[in-house]
Amino acid sequence: MSEKDIEQAEMLVEVKNLHKEFNGNVILGDINLSVKKGEVVVVIGPSGCGKSTFLRCLNGLEKIQGGTIAVDGLYVEPDKKDITKIRQKIGMVFQSYELFPHKTVLDNVILAPVMVQKRDKKDATKEALELLEKVGLADKKDYYPRQLSGGQKQRVAIVRALLMHPEVLLFDEVTAALDPEMVHEVLQTMLELAKSGSTMIIVTHEMAFAKAVADRVVFFDGGEIVEESSDVKNFFENPSTERAKRFLKTFAYE
Amino acid sequence: MDINVLITYIPLYNEALLLTFKIGMLGILTAFAIGLSGAAAVYFKVPVVKKILEIYIELFRNTPLLVQLFFIYFALPKLGIRIDAETCGVLGLGLIGGAYMIETLRSGFESIDKVQSESALSLGMTRRQMFGSIILPQAFSVSMPGIMANVIFLLKETSVFSTISLMDLMFTAKDLIGMYAKTIECLFLLVVYYLIMLLPISVLGSFIERRVRYAQFGD
Amino acid sequence: MHNLGIDVLFKGTNMIRLLKGLWVSVEISLIAVLISIVLGLVMGILMTSKSKVIRFILRVYLEVVRIMPQMVLLFIVYFGTTRVFGLNISAEASAIIVFVFWGTAEMGDLVRGSIKSIPKIQYDSAYALGMDKIQVYTAIILPQTIRRLIPLSINLVTRMIKTTSLVMMIGIVEVLKVAQQIIEANRKASPNAAFGVFAVVFLLYFVVCRTISGFAVKLEKRWT
Repeated sequence: MSEKDIEQAEMLVEVKNLHKEFNGNVILGDINLSVKKGEVVVVIGPSGCGKSTFLRCLNGLEKIQGGTIAVDGLYVEPDKKDITKIRQKIGMVFQSYELFPHKTVLDNVILAPVMVQKRDKKDATKEALELLEKVGLADKKDYYPRQLSGGQKQRVAIVRALLMHPEVLLFDEVTAALDPEMVHEVLQTMLELAKSGSTMIIVTHEMAFAKAVADRVVFFDGGEIVEESSDVKNFFENPSTERAKRFLKTFAYE
Repeated sequence: MDINVLITYIPLYNEALLLTFKIGMLGILTAFAIGLSGAAAVYFKVPVVKKILEIYIELFRNTPLLVQLFFIYFALPKLGIRIDAETCGVLGLGLIGGAYMIETLRSGFESIDKVQSESALSLGMTRRQMFGSIILPQAFSVSMPGIMANVIFLLKETSVFSTISLMDLMFTAKDLIGMYAKTIECLFLLVVYYLIMLLPISVLGSFIERRVRYAQFGD
Repeated sequence: MHNLGIDVLFKGTNMIRLLKGLWVSVEISLIAVLISIVLGLVMGILMTSKSKVIRFILRVYLEVVRIMPQMVLLFIVYFGTTRVFGLNISAEASAIIVFVFWGTAEMGDLVRGSIKSIPKIQYDSAYALGMDKIQVYTAIILPQTIRRLIPLSINLVTRMIKTTSLVMMIGIVEVLKVAQQIIEANRKASPNAAFGVFAVVFLLYFVVCRTISGFAVKLEKRWT
C-alpha cells in the first residue's frame, strides 16, 4: 500500500476546489466537500446539475481539471499508477446496475475480490453468500443477470460493491431505472447499510428516502453546491436558498 | 510492367467488363424481382408459396454459386433443358441473389411496427394499399444497406462466370495469362477493372448506409 | 437411376473420392478460420485503437478485401507471387493465404463491432471495482465479445466452405474437380453422369453448410 498523500487526514473523503470542464463547458466549478467516516451524505439537485459527474470524479472515472480529491488520505487521479488500489476503497453502484452479463450472480460478486484483491475464493464465496442471504437473494446465486428483476440486479450490484470492503460507498441514482414496486426493496437495503455505520454518498431523486437516510444534504445546481445542511428536516421544510426552494417545490408538485 | 502490353489488352478487358456488367445487372434485377415478390409472399403468409420459398432460400443460401451454375449449365441439359451460357449466368445470379434479397427485404418488412399496419387498416386502407404505401416505403429504406451489400456481393460473384465459358474479366485474364504469360499486366488490369466496376457502387453503398443510419426519421 | 447417372457414384471408389474432395474444402476453410480468428481478434482490438493512422490503414485493408472478389485474390497470390517474387507457393498454401487475408478482415470487423457494442459503463463498473486495464479486457470485455462472436465466426466458416469451390480454378482437386473427373471418366458408359454427380455435389454442399449454419443459429438463440 502506498504512502498517504495527506498525513493524518481527518476526513475520509476530502474534495477541495474541484473543477471539471468538458469541451470548454464548466461541468463542476469549485466544489468543496468533506465526508466523515460513518456519515451518510445525500446529494440532490435537478438533472444535469453535475451530481452524477461529481460521483464519477470521486473514484477517478472522470478526469478533473483543477482541485484535489482525497479518499482515505490518498489523492484520486485517473492516470495514477495505484488508482486501482484507491478504487478498492470506493464502492460504486450504478443506475443501470452494470452486472457482468456473462457471469452468474455469485461470480459477479466474487470476481473482483478474488481477481483484484487476491482473496481466497472460498472465503469470498462464504462472505458473498452471507451478504446475498441478507438481501434475500441467496437462492439466486447461480442465476445469470438477465434472469433477475431490476430490483434484484441492483441488490446484487450493492453486494458486489460491499464485498470489496470499501471505505465509502457511492450510489448513483440507483433506483431511477426501477419500477416503483422494486424501489422499496433497494432503498430498504440501503437504509440498513446506513444504520450499520457505512459511509455513503448517495445521489438520488427519492426525497422521502433522502430525508430518512441522510446525515447531511447537499444541494447541487448548475455545477456548484448551492446549499448544504446537517439539519436535514429543516432543509426539506425550509431551505434557505431560493434555488433549493424552487427545486423542492417542483418536486412537491410532481 | 509493359505499358504497350496494357494498351493492347485494354480493348479486350473493356469488352469483358461490359459483358460482366451486363450479366451482373440483369442478374441483380432478376434477384430483386424474386426478392420483392418473395418477401411480399412471405409477409402475407401465402400458404404453399411460403413453404416453397423457405426451401428455396435454404438451398440457395447454403450452396456456392459455382455449384449452382454447374448444375444449371451442365446437369440440366441431361434432362433436356438447354440454356445458353449468358442466360445461365443471369439465371444463376438471379436465383442466388433472390434468396438473399428475400431475406433482406423480409427482415425489413418485419422491422416495421405492427401498429403501423394496424393504423393504416384502421384508416380504411385495403391490405394492398397498406402494403404499398405504408409498409413497403418504410421497409425499403430500412433494407437499403442490406440491398446494397447484396448488390456488391452479387457483382463480386460474377467472377465465377468464366467457369461456364463466359468471356468475363476472369476469363479474359486467365486466357491471356495462359497464352502470353504476361501475368503481371493481366492481373493488374484485372484488379483495375474490378475496381472500376465495384468501387463506385461500394462508395454509394456506404453513403446510403450512412444516410439511413443517421437520417432515418429523426432518430 | 441409370438415365440420371447417379449410378456412377456407386461404381468403385467414386463416392469416397467425392467425399475426400469435400474434405479438402472443409479442411482449407477450417485452417483458414482458425488463423483468422486469432488474427481477427488482434485486428479488432487494433481497430478500436485511439490512433487514427492505425484505424485508417485497417479500414483501407478491410475495404480492399470487401471489394475484391476472392477469385481475383486467388489469382494474384497464386499466379502473381510466382512472377513478382519468384516464390513458388503451392495452390493449397495460396488458398489458405487468401482465405486468411479475407477472414482476418471480416473477423476483425466483427470483433470491432462487438467490442464497440459493449456500453462504456461496463468498463466503468469494472474499473470501479479496482480492476486494471488488462483485467477489464480479459475478464469482462473479451468474454462478452467472444460469446457474440462465436455464432458469427461459424457463419464465416460456411461462407468460406462455399468459397472454397473457387479453388478448383487454381488447380486444387476438391469436390467439384473430382466431380468433373468422374464425369469425364464415365463419359461413354454413362453419358448423363453430369446430372447425377452435380446434383450430389450440390446436396453435399447443402448438407455441410446447412448443418453448420443451423448450429450457429442455435447458439445465437441460446446466447442472446
